[in-house]
Amino acid sequence: MPQCMTSIGIDLGSRTAKYVILNQSGLVAFQVMDGGVHPLEKLRRALEKEGIMKAAGRPGIVATGYGRHLARKDLADQTITEIKAFALGAHYLYPDVRMVIDIGGQDTKVIALDGNGSFDNFGINDRCAAGTGRFLEIMAHSFEIDIGQFGAFALTAGGLIKVTSMCTVFAESEVISLLAKGEDPQSIALGVHQSVVERIETMINRLGRRRPILFAGGGALNPCLVKLLEDRLGGNLIVPENPQIIGALGAAVYALKQESGVRSREPEARSQESGESDQWPVISGQ
Amino acid sequence: MWRSLNIDLDPHCNLLNVLGQVYSDIYLKQDNRPEAMEYFDFVLSEVHGLRIRELLEHKARGGFIAGAFCLFIPDELILAAGGLPIGLCGGADLTISKAEEYLPRNICPLIKSSVGFKLAKICPYFESADFLLGETTCDGKKKAWEILNDFVPTRVVQVPHRKDDAGRGVYRAELDRLVKMLEEAGRTKISFDAVKKAIELMNNKRRALARLYETRKCQPSPISGKDALLISQVAFYDDVARFTASVDKLTGELTGRIAQGISPFAKDAPRIMLSGCPSVVPNWKLHHIIESLGAAVVVEEACTGTRYFETLVDESAADLNAQLDALAQRYLSINCSCFTPNHERTEQIIQYAQEYHADGVIYNTLQFCHTYNVEYARVEKALKEAGFPVLKIETDYTAEDAGQIQTRIEAFLERIKP
Repeated sequence: MPQCMTSIGIDLGSRTAKYVILNQSGLVAFQVMDGGVHPLEKLRRALEKEGIMKAAGRPGIVATGYGRHLARKDLADQTITEIKAFALGAHYLYPDVRMVIDIGGQDTKVIALDGNGSFDNFGINDRCAAGTGRFLEIMAHSFEIDIGQFGAFALTAGGLIKVTSMCTVFAESEVISLLAKGEDPQSIALGVHQSVVERIETMINRLGRRRPILFAGGGALNPCLVKLLEDRLGGNLIVPENPQIIGALGAAVYALKQESGVRSREPEARSQESGESDQWPVISGQ
Repeated sequence: MWRSLNIDLDPHCNLLNVLGQVYSDIYLKQDNRPEAMEYFDFVLSEVHGLRIRELLEHKARGGFIAGAFCLFIPDELILAAGGLPIGLCGGADLTISKAEEYLPRNICPLIKSSVGFKLAKICPYFESADFLLGETTCDGKKKAWEILNDFVPTRVVQVPHRKDDAGRGVYRAELDRLVKMLEEAGRTKISFDAVKKAIELMNNKRRALARLYETRKCQPSPISGKDALLISQVAFYDDVARFTASVDKLTGELTGRIAQGISPFAKDAPRIMLSGCPSVVPNWKLHHIIESLGAAVVVEEACTGTRYFETLVDESAADLNAQLDALAQRYLSINCSCFTPNHERTEQIIQYAQEYHADGVIYNTLQFCHTYNVEYARVEKALKEAGFPVLKIETDYTAEDAGQIQTRIEAFLERIKP
């Protein structure tokens, strides 16, 4: 085995910031944290804690997500879009994957992959929050339920009450008026999830359905979304163990590729390895 | 001068300040601009100054000003009647809230912005126009003309929805009506000689634009898409002969730049064709985002682009009647999405994408512009079959979606040039 190269991918999303440290044998470390007002500072501090930022020859860093251009200014070496990052991250874990669904904070996207880890088409929700994690968050708030519990809550529904408004604010009004009518909260919550899933199904069909499909982003932590999507799409979805880091992982994969390119031209370049690799789970390609 | 036009001075001043700042950021900071762009910078800096003075002087000499938006209003007839055709304002966000006092929120920003300019009295072109010439290319505009007629006399030319014999008959009859109306406005008879002169003048302008666009087929293009768009926009405002000469001067310079390999773009910059809705001043949004990401816009299949100049009027007509036939023939050859069926437009898009060596096509539609929006499905299919990647961007004049648009276009560029 030649010198072990390390790379860092960071994903500054609208709600959370993530980093992934990767080397040629696999995932070394990762973390998902609330973005807050200064997500870049948080990321920098976390990476410094990892002990790999001080070295003169720190690993290459690639940034993705809404804040990627901000990160480019003083932390990252390069940027790639979330679309490319999710495609690379998904392909790294599951080379067979042909579609990626990502429900993030402000974005819901569907990416169509070719066989080489590149994407050949994609769709993203328009400027409004309809169908995104933020949409679900606001809906959960109407039920006074934590977003982390919202899916489980909806899954206990005895029936389904349709929520037809896609506009976040209108949907909120619709939910509040249904609750005011005394309708079953769980059934309304199921209707809210159903409306998100229908929207994603349309996005998938617009691109042309391909399989297997990987479900990533914070939305994939929601068991109700997973179940409804599987019902609608008629098959199992691949849900990675840590769906929120797929973008950062893709950025790290990209960084590692760039790094290898550099190394192959400069064989004497520095070596760098994190000493903490065994305290993190290693995800292997399947 | 502004007072005599009844312009609302404070908001107008505000408009010019904003416009100046935006223009400086988007245009003047470009690297490697051709020197001859100086003329167009000057025209834009005087868009609410010297040009308006010229229009007022024209009126003082007994001429008239006809305001319009659309390529289906033949400039030749206005010129032949002693008038000056002028493009109306309508590409800015700041007048939209004013318009929404009258208009529904969910219609296209071009209509809202333009009606807003009139209601807010801050567009000197609206204020100097003796009358407006509307058309029926979309339902929103068709009804908006009725509202505008309450503020300034507005005549509507009926544009048919089919390019068959019946449709051609409708448009040809509309030209007869237009001739009568313009003769009254100009208190003159439209003569064969005047129309002949106007046809030649306008054809020369179209030829000059075609020569300019021809230089953009080179790799790399010697001129930025932003600059080319600006020229297409200025075409709606500027004096025809002076504009033609200035475009020719620029094209001369660009030919030299091609020989020396000078370009505002990197050699391997992805080449993007824009297709769809027009971009009215000061709507430079999409061009600016695309080119800020390192790609080159090499052609616009739009009213502010190829549609403006792509066919000429036959100059060989022997009498006025034949001239009107020739005008009808040329104007109804424009491939606007208002027609059905409209396979000619799709075929032309493919042809342009090939001629301009586009690596990808960005289909640009304004929100709620139903014809261009719906037509996308057919255009997308045809482009994919022809092997061109395509991305649709639907937007308006606000800046709020700039981040999302940037992500989409960046991803599109990653896909074109991985």
